Amino acid sequence: MYSEKVMDHFQNPRNVGEIEDASGVGTVGNAKCGDIMRMFLDIDENGIIREAKFKTFGCGAAVATSSMATELVKGKTIQEALQVTNKAVMEALDGLPPVKVHCSLLAEEAIHAALWDYAEKNHITIEGLQKPKNDISEGEEEEDY
Amino acid sequence: MIYLDNAATTKTAPEVVDAMLPYFSEYYGNASTIYGLGAESKKAMDHARQTIADSLGAKPEEIYFTAGGSESDNWALKATAEAYASKGKHIITTKIEHHAILHTCEYLEKRGFEITYLNVDRDGLISLDELKAAIRPDTILISVMFANNEIGTIEPIAEIGEIAKEHGVLFHTDAVQAYAQVPINVDEMHIDMLSASGHKLNGPKGIGFLYIRKGVKIRSFVHGGAQERSRRAGTENIPGIVGLGAAVERAMRIMDSKTRKEIELRDYLIGRLENEIPHCWLNGHRTKRLPNNINFSFLFIEGESMLIMLDMKGICASSGSACTSGSLDPSHVLLAIGLKHEEAHGSLRLTLSEDSTKEEMDIVAEEVKKIVQRLRDMSPLYEDFLKSQKNN
Repeated sequence: MYSEKVMDHFQNPRNVGEIEDASGVGTVGNAKCGDIMRMFLDIDENGIIREAKFKTFGCGAAVATSSMATELVKGKTIQEALQVTNKAVMEALDGLPPVKVHCSLLAEEAIHAALWDYAEKNHITIEGLQKPKNDISEGEEEEDY
Repeated sequence: MIYLDNAATTKTAPEVVDAMLPYFSEYYGNASTIYGLGAESKKAMDHARQTIADSLGAKPEEIYFTAGGSESDNWALKATAEAYASKGKHIITTKIEHHAILHTCEYLEKRGFEITYLNVDRDGLISLDELKAAIRPDTILISVMFANNEIGTIEPIAEIGEIAKEHGVLFHTDAVQAYAQVPINVDEMHIDMLSASGHKLNGPKGIGFLYIRKGVKIRSFVHGGAQERSRRAGTENIPGIVGLGAAVERAMRIMDSKTRKEIELRDYLIGRLENEIPHCWLNGHRTKRLPNNINFSFLFIEGESMLIMLDMKGICASSGSACTSGSLDPSHVLLAIGLKHEEAHGSLRLTLSEDSTKEEMDIVAEEVKKIVQRLRDMSPLYEDFLKSQKNN
C-alpha cells in the first residue's frame, strides 16, 4: 500500500534523533490518535537551517513523512522551510494512501511548531507563520449505512 | 515465512482441498434436482451437515449454511429482532464483539431496538451479575461471543446460557474464533444460536453456518428457493459445504493434540516476550484463553510500524492500532479492557497454528525484541519517559 519511497524512508529514516540545545523544537499530534512528531531544528545566525532531526511515534507513513520533512528543510532558509507543505512532503514521497494524508499534515505542522519555538526563543516574528495547532485530526466523517 | 495470523484466516488444509475438488467439475449437480448427479451433491451436503451437527451435539436440521461468520451474525440478530419484536425490543451484547455484531446492533438501534453493551473487566471477561441486572421483561436476545478474536479471552458461555434459559431469553454466540478450537456442546451450554466460519479452521473462505435450535422462531434471511429449509435461499455452495465438513471433521480429530501443542508454544512465547522486553504486558485472560492467541501491548510504540518491520522479516501478524483499522481509533476491544489509546496503538497479536514450531517462536521473540527497541529509539514518548526516569 506504500510507495517505494515511503518504504525506504520508513526502513532507513533520515535524521532520526535529537539536537541538544536546538534552536527550535516542536511537538505535534497526540498519542490518542497514534501519531506524535517532534522536530528539532538547528538554525544559524543567517537564518539557515543547518540541521534537522526528528523523533516520531506512529505508523509507517508518520515515520516516512517525518524523515522526508527533515530532508526537505535542511539547508533551507526559514522562509523556504515555510514553503515545505504537506503536499510537498507527499509529492516527495510519491504519494500516500488517502487514510495517511493526515501524517503529512502532521509533518508540516511539526516544521511550523519548531519554527514557532525558534521565533519565541529569539523574540522575533516570522512572516507568514501562524501559531501552530498542536494537534491534527481531520474531521473524518462516519459512513452511514 | 512465519504465519502467525491464524485468527485472520488459516491455510486451507490439503485434505480439505482434496475433498472439495470433485465437487467442482465432477459432481457439479444442483442438490435440488432429482437425477443421480444432483443426488451426489445432496448426499455430500447431508454428510457435511451431519458432521457439523455432531461436532456441536446438535441435530442436522439445526445447521444452516451461510457465506460465513458475518452473514451468520447478521442473520441471527436481524431475524431474531424481527421475529421477536412483538415480545420486546431489547438486546444485550458486549462491548468487545466483532463488528459483524456491533454494526448490526447499531443498525437495529436506528430501527427502534435498544441495545445494552456489557462491560468487560481487564481480562476481557463479562460480569454475570451485570448480565443478570441487564435483563428486562422486554429482552429478547443475549449475544455474547464465545471467544474474543483480538485478545483470545473465552467468555463463561455455559453460565451465560444458564442465565438466558432461566430468564426465557434467547442466547446467540459468535463462535467464529472458538468453534472447532475448543469443545462446544449447544445443549450443555444452552446455546440457541451459534455462528461459525469455515476459513478460521483450515476450511475454505466464503462458507460458514448458523446453528439455530429447533423451536427458535427466526425469519428467512434470503428469500427464494426452498434451500436451507426455505430460510436461506440460493443454490448451495456444495464445494464450500463439503470443504467445511471436511475441515470440521479434521479439526475435531486433531483438537486435543493441536490444543496441547499450541498452548505449550503460546505460553513459551508469552514467557519470552514478558521476560525479555520491558514495558509490555499480555492482553486478555492468561488461562481462559484461546490456545493459539497471544496479544501484547508494547509501550511507546505504534502497531503498524511493528507490523511492517515484522513483514520485512517474513513474519505475518496483526495489531489493534488505529492505522491498521483504517480509522483514527484503535481497537474497541483494547479500549474496552481499559487500555489507554496509546497502549492500544502499541498492540501486537500473534495467532498460532498446529504448524507453528518452537524455532519460529524463538525467531519471533528475537525479532520483536529488536523491532520494539528500534521503534522506541525513535519514539518521542520513550524519550520523555527516559527523561522522567532520570529526573526522579
